[in-house]
Amino acid sequence: MSRWELGPILRAMTRNKVGAILIALQIAVTMTIIVNAAYIIVERHTMMQRDSGLDEQNSFYLTTTGFGADFEPKRVITEDLDLIRRTPGVVDAIQINAIPISGGGWSMSLTTETGDDADDVNTANYMTDEHGSNALDFNIIAGSDFVASDVRWRERNQTDWPDKALVTKALAESLFPESPWQESVGKTVYIAEDEPVIITGIIDKLQAPWIGWSNLEHAMITPEYLVSESTRYFIRTEPGQRDRLMAELESTLADKYPNRIIRDVTTLTDTRERSYRQHSAMITILTTVMFLLTLVTAVGIVGLTSFNVNRRKKQIGTRRALGATQGAIIRYFMLENLLISAGGLLLGVVLTIALNMALIEWFSITALDWFYIPIGVVVLWVVGQLAVLGPALRASRVPPAIATRTV
Amino acid sequence: MFSYYLKLSLKSIRKNPYLSGLMMIAIALGIGASMTTITVNYLMSSNPIPHKSEQLYYVQLDSWSPHFPAQEPNEPPDQMTWRDANNLMDAQQAFRQTAMASSGAVIEPPDRDNKPFMASLRLNFADFFPMFDAPFLYGRAWEYADDKAGNYVAVISKETNDRVFGGENSVGRPITIGGQQFTVTGVLDDWVLVPRFYDVTTGAFKGTEDVYIPFAMKELMQLPNGGNTNCWKSPEGEGFEAFLQSECVNYQMWVELPTQADKNAYMAFLNAYAEEQKALGRFPRPLNNRLSDVMTWMENQEVVADDAQMMMWMAFLFLLVCLLNTIGLLLSKFATRTGDIALRRAIGSPRSAIFSQYVMESALIGVIGGLLGLGLALLGLQGIKQLYGSFVSDLVELDLTMVMLAIALSIVASILAGCYPAWRACSVPPASNLKTQ
Repeated sequence: MSRWELGPILRAMTRNKVGAILIALQIAVTMTIIVNAAYIIVERHTMMQRDSGLDEQNSFYLTTTGFGADFEPKRVITEDLDLIRRTPGVVDAIQINAIPISGGGWSMSLTTETGDDADDVNTANYMTDEHGSNALDFNIIAGSDFVASDVRWRERNQTDWPDKALVTKALAESLFPESPWQESVGKTVYIAEDEPVIITGIIDKLQAPWIGWSNLEHAMITPEYLVSESTRYFIRTEPGQRDRLMAELESTLADKYPNRIIRDVTTLTDTRERSYRQHSAMITILTTVMFLLTLVTAVGIVGLTSFNVNRRKKQIGTRRALGATQGAIIRYFMLENLLISAGGLLLGVVLTIALNMALIEWFSITALDWFYIPIGVVVLWVVGQLAVLGPALRASRVPPAIATRTV
Repeated sequence: MFSYYLKLSLKSIRKNPYLSGLMMIAIALGIGASMTTITVNYLMSSNPIPHKSEQLYYVQLDSWSPHFPAQEPNEPPDQMTWRDANNLMDAQQAFRQTAMASSGAVIEPPDRDNKPFMASLRLNFADFFPMFDAPFLYGRAWEYADDKAGNYVAVISKETNDRVFGGENSVGRPITIGGQQFTVTGVLDDWVLVPRFYDVTTGAFKGTEDVYIPFAMKELMQLPNGGNTNCWKSPEGEGFEAFLQSECVNYQMWVELPTQADKNAYMAFLNAYAEEQKALGRFPRPLNNRLSDVMTWMENQEVVADDAQMMMWMAFLFLLVCLLNTIGLLLSKFATRTGDIALRRAIGSPRSAIFSQYVMESALIGVIGGLLGLGLALLGLQGIKQLYGSFVSDLVELDLTMVMLAIALSIVASILAGCYPAWRACSVPPASNLKTQ
């Protein structure tokens, strides 16, 4: 025990309580922020990694809006799709009512029985034809895909639904939690409480348009084209062909039928970037805050220790003159910091949990995983030790002769 | 005395340039982070129409399902049905009132070289313009009579006027919107609303619309729904008319009620209306109608993003760390000065003089740090603009209030930080310190 000079360190600390308390508090608050920020960063990062199910690198979409009295939506849509699908480099193309992860779309509630009391499950609704699986890059893992004869035209303001639908595996599991998802094929669900739709196939993965939605993995596809002046085409291309085709198809479509506006020609990668921008910004900001905060704390420790070293020059010299090695001097300052940090980090653990609880209460944050706390403790301990190393080394170089001089 | 202390402080700061610099940078970082986040929060929560925000009320009627509320715990829907919007407009019970909707349509400029383009539409009543202080560059709003008669009249934005008419005074001229010919009655001047409070259903920080046309056009032109459409039961029957008559909500309603008595009267009217509808078999829920003034409605709609608030609290904690840092450094710094202090005390300075001098020094460090912090806040706001893209550009301006706040915050913070070290400094016992010298 005496070898580590704990007694003198503690006694010296009690002579400068306030200084030690200040550093401890600083470390405690720093830990609180850093650990919570790190947790939020990891949470947002995980969120951004979620797979939409699309071939995002090679897909884009565009909106075309026809105008004028003689505009015939059905003819134009049929001819457009035919033209796009025949264009070299295009894997497939569809008309679709909404784009996954884009932020705008349709949703409906489904029930497994009729009547008002039935529990409902919300889902995103996509409407497209039998090319959906190829264009949106999903697989039918049970049941069967649509065929051309399933597809109908949904007239303007038509409110009924086709009698067939594909649903995602996640949606099937939410609808029928008691049975395995494979068995959902052939079952009937009710849309808007009373209209029956039969599930004819289960698809592996397709996300809803709203990334912040709790039912992001719930999607339902019905086989239909929409009769509308304003319509969206989703196009999947062969690798490397996307950018060329975006420009090419925009002008081909405009030339083919001039009485329309083609707009919002957008890649899926841009859409993802835009949808998740808030989260990537948060990650950047919190990372900067973590970095600056650690720096401020470390520099503060360097500054305070340097001052203590200067103040105690004479004592250090005396100890050296009395036979203390350079290592002993370094150890003294390192140990001192270790003890102060320990106090600060202990408080830090409590504050970290308190802040996390406050964030849960006020904002939509989930509870911190326990292992963030020990990691935070270790990291800040190491930072403290590194910060103190410089001044401690300087202290160890104080010549013993200084003991004989007055300051 | 003030200038003498100032001189002493400057001298002392120059004596320990690294340590003083460190303190200034710490304060600058803390102030910079706090000011960046405070500014974003301040602008997000700013009052877009201060002089009458307490007279404008957003109307909510609880027309929702008997089995569940539109929103937990028991919130009425945030929009209204077509039927209710028109009934309330027909009643004309408020000083001013407008129901509204958003949509979009193609505008075809008259000359062939000018390409048609997609424009955002707001469908509203004549009162919309005076209610929300829409600034007119040319002409004026249409009349309520136009609303009643279903006249094809439009007010267009400055940008649309520049695009279609080359910026000329276009009042009285025709404009083709959605294949239909309208007459321009007025051109708006630049109109920036932060937040765009009158419709926050699809985000509070969007721009004002390109074109404004009467609400009745929704039905006459069968315009598509903009924003969010929510239904608790499917429309009965097919077609556009069935949708309009359904229980689906897609419309907003604002009223202007100058006095509390007007508000009470309007609330009574709304409740009577709901009872009337109950008699017709609608409104199955208990009475739950709301009138929210502008700021209450902004709060209800959570216009200030969670992330922005969270960042602000984190920035305050950051500032706290920077202040703890500064207190520690000041303590150490003043501790080296015990000799001077003892001497000055011995030759007759009162404690208060020592105290003020050292508080002065911390305040000076605070002011310099605060000014640096303002610079950092400007950088931080630029960074936010970069990260979040153009849609926040109205949210990242430092105004005079914010600059004053930053300076005040840094002075207060640094004086608070300086108090304890200064108190310690002035309680140095002169005799014992002089002896050891």
